[in-house]
Amino acid sequence: MTQRNVRVFRVETPLKQRACSIMATPNRPLSPHLQVYRLPLTALMSITHRITGVGLTLGALLLTWWVTAAAYGETQYAQVQGLLGTWLGQLVLLGFSFALFYHLCNGLRHIFWDFGRYFELEQVRRTDAAVLVGSVALTVATWVQVVF
Amino acid sequence: MSLRSALGHARGLGAAKEGVHHWWLQRLTAIALIPLTLWLVASIIGLSGTGYEEFLFWFGKPINSTLMILFLGVGFHHAQLGMQVVYEDYISSHGTRTAMTILTKFACYGLATLSIVSILTVAFKG
Repeated sequence: MTQRNVRVFRVETPLKQRACSIMATPNRPLSPHLQVYRLPLTALMSITHRITGVGLTLGALLLTWWVTAAAYGETQYAQVQGLLGTWLGQLVLLGFSFALFYHLCNGLRHIFWDFGRYFELEQVRRTDAAVLVGSVALTVATWVQVVF
Repeated sequence: MSLRSALGHARGLGAAKEGVHHWWLQRLTAIALIPLTLWLVASIIGLSGTGYEEFLFWFGKPINSTLMILFLGVGFHHAQLGMQVVYEDYISSHGTRTAMTILTKFACYGLATLSIVSILTVAFKG
């Protein structure tokens, strides 16, 4: 296997040696790196938006499965409804609904950001909370409607 | 300070001459999906705990089959746009990235078509 992208530079010139000694100095500020940096809430919410987006794309398969089964007939539809009715099916649907509401609420915030609104740190903290409360509230409200 | 020329700024086009097209479509589909998602959730709540007949009756109404087809078409379009950005950000190999993007786009449009044809089948049954 060839290592095309790896190049080894030898430290030769005094300038390079000085550059290397500066970089090796301890206690210099490090750039944020995933393994050494505790992500703030806003960053966690940003990556959650992506994760829920990918999850919803996979979850769309469920929607296709559901409507396609209905097109094939009553037996197939009952099979899907039966599987979705199991505890595992309900758990998947619970996760799906939360992902949907989270992506919806945070997506709405992204649209406000696109218009240049809510960029101040305090506003971002408040909308962080609003997105979290909103998505949990919508999930709970939906399941209360389904169960009762 | 902006490094863009005044003309480039006014046109909003990049070197590929399509500039913000992907970004714009992602926002356009997102905005459309807000009411469509709320309608879909309400529909699913209404259909939960009911049988096949209710499903046929619900999607037999033109307004519901129309909204469902819009949700599926716009939703899968939004999904493949979003997945493409995720691949572009995290897959460094050009070949793998292109292959995954093509595969996802084909899968999304295939699934969207299958779902839409299914809803039409149901709509004509109900």
